[in-house]
Amino acid sequence: MPKKKNSQICIVTVTGVDKVGIIAKLANAMSKDNINIVDVNQKIMEDYFVMTMALDMVDANCSMTKLKKQLDTIGRQMALKITVQDETIFKAMHRI
Amino acid sequence: MRISVEEVFETVKMTLDHHFDIRTVTLGINLKDCMDRNIKNLTRRIEKRIIEKGALLNKFADETENRYGIPITNRRISVTPASLLLEPLPKTKASAVTLAKSLDRAAKKAKIDFIGGFGALVQKGMTSSDKLLIESIPQALSKTQRVCSFLNLASTKAGINMDAVVKSSRTIKELSRLTLNGIGCAKVAVFANVPEDNPFMAGAHHGVGEPDFSLNIGISGPGVVRNVVLQNPDCDLTQLSEVIKRTVFKITRAGELIGRQMAELMDVDFGIVDISLASTTSAGDSIAEIIEAMGVAQMGLPGSTAALAMLMDAVKKGGAMASGSVGGLSGTFIPVSEDAGMIRAVQDGTLNLEKLEALTSVCSVGLDMFAVPGSTPPEALSAIIADELSIGVINNKTTSVRVIPVPRKKPGDIVHFGGLLGSAPIMEVNKTPSTKFVNRKGRIPPPIQSLRN
Repeated sequence: MPKKKNSQICIVTVTGVDKVGIIAKLANAMSKDNINIVDVNQKIMEDYFVMTMALDMVDANCSMTKLKKQLDTIGRQMALKITVQDETIFKAMHRI
Repeated sequence: MRISVEEVFETVKMTLDHHFDIRTVTLGINLKDCMDRNIKNLTRRIEKRIIEKGALLNKFADETENRYGIPITNRRISVTPASLLLEPLPKTKASAVTLAKSLDRAAKKAKIDFIGGFGALVQKGMTSSDKLLIESIPQALSKTQRVCSFLNLASTKAGINMDAVVKSSRTIKELSRLTLNGIGCAKVAVFANVPEDNPFMAGAHHGVGEPDFSLNIGISGPGVVRNVVLQNPDCDLTQLSEVIKRTVFKITRAGELIGRQMAELMDVDFGIVDISLASTTSAGDSIAEIIEAMGVAQMGLPGSTAALAMLMDAVKKGGAMASGSVGGLSGTFIPVSEDAGMIRAVQDGTLNLEKLEALTSVCSVGLDMFAVPGSTPPEALSAIIADELSIGVINNKTTSVRVIPVPRKKPGDIVHFGGLLGSAPIMEVNKTPSTKFVNRKGRIPPPIQSLRN
């Protein structure tokens, strides 16, 4: 039997205009699907508000595709761009 | 070390604002073991294999796209050169057309938009099947939607097969006559030194030196490169080359990761990452606009060749550092109709056919997607093809020609192909064809490999 992975980190990126309740709304969605938030960072860059959230999906009750759909809905409601990507893509691109 | 917000933002911005995508995942499929003396047996076997694997390609490409958040724009299939599959069959054009229709049907069922490999390698000589395939192209490609054709007419080791060049030019003219605005010719590329693992259409095929299956990936990103050039308006060219290298390194790493992941999911060999910058008709996703961002007033003006050569070299250096599996064409495409900056340059008169040819001597992949008047005689096409292929043969590199003679159009007109193929301004071709030269036929011998100055 394949060994169960210890963690599967994904990065959620939120860009747009800062407002009240972004983290609350995302955290609420994550907790419903049993997704652990391991890190949160935010910054203003090139006039964009950017927030990144590292998630551990290893015990999640939903697939990445489903999570992506939920985040799209939240993004539309709050006029934000929200993406979710496996952490390995960033490691491949930014680490030698 | 955890990835920083800046690094995440850089990647996200590439896809959101600068059109970064995986341009194509192309599955190479060996069909040699499907060969038969009976065409029905052949088509049954190849359709089964293409449909099975093609459906998986789409499924896993969607999954991978969702996982990494980077769009995989095209999913395609390349197969063993069709002229080989024709060898045991009755020597009739009908065999070749039936084979093309079968490939088309299989691609349609697998929901694949283009399937490459309806071609032949004839750089030294043509078998009777090769000849038959070339002659069948007008009928085969005008009666199918998804089949693409390649012909390797020359190589550094064999020279240029002028008999095949002349034959191909007639084929291209005939195909142009049979399809609306000559659009069928967008599905035919003729080559010198064709790579066996190129994932990009129309020239993709699954070479004879390849395994049963091979997953090849074509990255893209002219928009990303243009953006970093624009962000560095005042640095010198050495520094600019460094900046381009670093960016291409990053996008190649993304391509390699996605390619390997796809190959693993499909349980096939991972082939290569093709690091070619490939323009699209979207605003900002243009090679000509990179050259202009570098400081050349407009594509085609003096300075363009040097700028393109530098861009090309930086792309190769960054890509080669990022992946041990760089292959395919790995250059910079400068198709006229698919690049807004190239179209503008032709319309403004800064880029003509002669300068385009000069540009192709420092980048792959030759004279691509350019339209000429439908009245251009086949001998003139042969001469254009021979010129372009000789650049590849002498310089040990791949060059190709994808020319579209557009019936009833004259220089200055523009023809709209739509979708990915864009719009092509009709380019001026000198009316005096070198008929005597091309009709001598025979083979231009391979070049000497020493005394290289």
